[in-house]
Amino acid sequence: MNPNLPNSFRTGPDERGHFGIFGGRFVAETLMPLILDLEKAYADAKADPAFQAEMNGYLKNYVGRPSPLYFAERLTEHLGGAKIYFKREELNHTGSHKVNNVLGQIMVARRMGKKRIIAETGAGQHGVATATLCARFGLECVVYMGAVDVERQQPNVIRMEMLGAKVVPVQSGARTLKDAMNDALRDWVTNVHSTFYCIGTVAGPHPYPMMVRDFQSIIGIETREQMQEAEGRLPDSLVACIGGGSNAMGLFHPFLDDPSVEIFGVEAAGHGLTQLHAASIAGGRPGVLHGNRTYLLMDEDGQIQDAHSISAGLDYPGIGPEHSWLHETGRVNYLSATDEEALAAFQLLTRLEGIPPALEPAHAIAKVMELAPKRPRDHLMVVNLSGRGDKDIPQITEILKGRKK
Amino acid sequence: MTTRIDARFADLAKQGRSAFVTFLMAGDPDPKTSLDIIKALPKAGADIIEIGMPFTDPMADGPSIQAAGLRALKAGMTLKKTLEMVRGFRKDDNATPLVLMGYYNPIYIYGVDKFLADAKSAGVDGLIIVDLPPEEDTELCIPAMKAGLNFIRLATPTTDDKRLPAVLANTSGFVYYVSITGITGSASADSNAVGEAVARIKRHTKLPVCVGFGIRTPDAARAIAENANGAVVGTALVDALRASLDSEGRATPKTVGAVADLVTALAQGVRGAKQAAE
Repeated sequence: MNPNLPNSFRTGPDERGHFGIFGGRFVAETLMPLILDLEKAYADAKADPAFQAEMNGYLKNYVGRPSPLYFAERLTEHLGGAKIYFKREELNHTGSHKVNNVLGQIMVARRMGKKRIIAETGAGQHGVATATLCARFGLECVVYMGAVDVERQQPNVIRMEMLGAKVVPVQSGARTLKDAMNDALRDWVTNVHSTFYCIGTVAGPHPYPMMVRDFQSIIGIETREQMQEAEGRLPDSLVACIGGGSNAMGLFHPFLDDPSVEIFGVEAAGHGLTQLHAASIAGGRPGVLHGNRTYLLMDEDGQIQDAHSISAGLDYPGIGPEHSWLHETGRVNYLSATDEEALAAFQLLTRLEGIPPALEPAHAIAKVMELAPKRPRDHLMVVNLSGRGDKDIPQITEILKGRKK
Repeated sequence: MTTRIDARFADLAKQGRSAFVTFLMAGDPDPKTSLDIIKALPKAGADIIEIGMPFTDPMADGPSIQAAGLRALKAGMTLKKTLEMVRGFRKDDNATPLVLMGYYNPIYIYGVDKFLADAKSAGVDGLIIVDLPPEEDTELCIPAMKAGLNFIRLATPTTDDKRLPAVLANTSGFVYYVSITGITGSASADSNAVGEAVARIKRHTKLPVCVGFGIRTPDAARAIAENANGAVVGTALVDALRASLDSEGRATPKTVGAVADLVTALAQGVRGAKQAAE
């Protein structure tokens, strides 16, 4: 463990947006004044009880919170170890945890008087959540999505368009999430006066990693209360998948200062860590991209490498800066699951619990399948079921059909 | 400390004209042709040369310069080779200022101290790093100043009077005014608005102010040069280079000349400007 361990893991970032050496504000000058405005607007909103009250109203009646904490009895029996609970974020309106953050950011955008919202999306879950709230509040919405992801996540593209969003297929680079984020940033630089950039994960320049984490922390806050009610104590471990890492940070953050709680983040190992993958912590090192310093996949010259994951939502060569810091301090253990392991977990969960998970949390389930059997029956393990698998059914059907031939 | 950039602006002030600043990507379309192009620029009329350091994810650049960076990377360009190119240029030219422009990550990975030492010894005069605002000055700006390199800051239409002093505080060499809110090669700059913006910046600094983004033609270059201490052209040159390539994206016998001819025409535009801004 790092000798410079902080007294608390929950006080970051500092006023310049740093978590240890990670984070920061590495953006073009054109954006810098706006980022400072956003920081101020968010601080004002956070301190305003009316903002919190309004948000809580929408979280309850529009999103459908609190999401249940469900005891996965058959999975628990099947694995024969830890008692497994699912935090059911897939039951939220729009089908994933993404809506928690989008609601918060759209409300901040409204306070700032912004009428045009842009977003990047990988799996399309963040895009769908953004398109949904833009429809609800009558805002213009443009979603940047890698052309590869437009292909493999068609149901979400159709949904976004029905909600009135313009979906722009991004043709640069590997045509996945990283490239969508580049083009969203280019749009923002161009339309900086009118536009609010609704970032979908705990990454980007300060204050985004902090702000998105705060909006997602409702996941962990509810989990604490619900576990108290169900079992009368804290959980013993938490497991969540990580692309940028917003569902994981939302679950983890309220527990970071509870040393009895083991915390596991699961990156996407794609075809395997020695081949194409998206596991920035397992296979990367610190660098600077998209406004922050964090673990990145890159070559010796500092050129960013294309990630690969079966899951469009995890297909990103970076990770939120706070995760990089939690890795270096040793507070969170970062594991990885391959495409194959995620597919197997998807099938198992669908058959055992009648819950088809999105391919993203299927990575977390894959590691639960390894971790749970090694733990005693009174060990309470919470896994964040961050999204539902409906969007992945066409892609998975194709893959499984290909195998039968 | 006087750098080649300071000396060049002093000289241009004596001549009573503005600078013509060119931008091309190092290694585009291949390292050898790229060096030949850079070597041809001073004679064609470039007063200051900006060399792009290729990066996979150039967030402030439009399609032309994105593609130039990818051509260079495909041809094997690295930051190390960019510095070798600078050394190659300096063999024959010890006067023309060279400025490296790009994004921070390749420098961070190269190692800041090693990069600054190697860049200085290769003959680099200044740096423009798009994703290092004053809020991150401790990363590279302050060390670069200590190493004797100019750190040239971008000011933009969103940089208001309140913020300008912070942006200018650690800037040296010149100020690069980005004339539009947008990416390279997108919109065209309005020379009147540019004139007002340059005057605004000059109320805060004695440094020369060069203007870039959206300048494509000799007429536009002249109009900008009348309102600023220098006009920067990048995308138009990169486009001329690209148009000279074969269908596989390789250099042809026309490539060096195609860029040099456009530089000559643009330089005449700049030299045709009436007395530049003081």
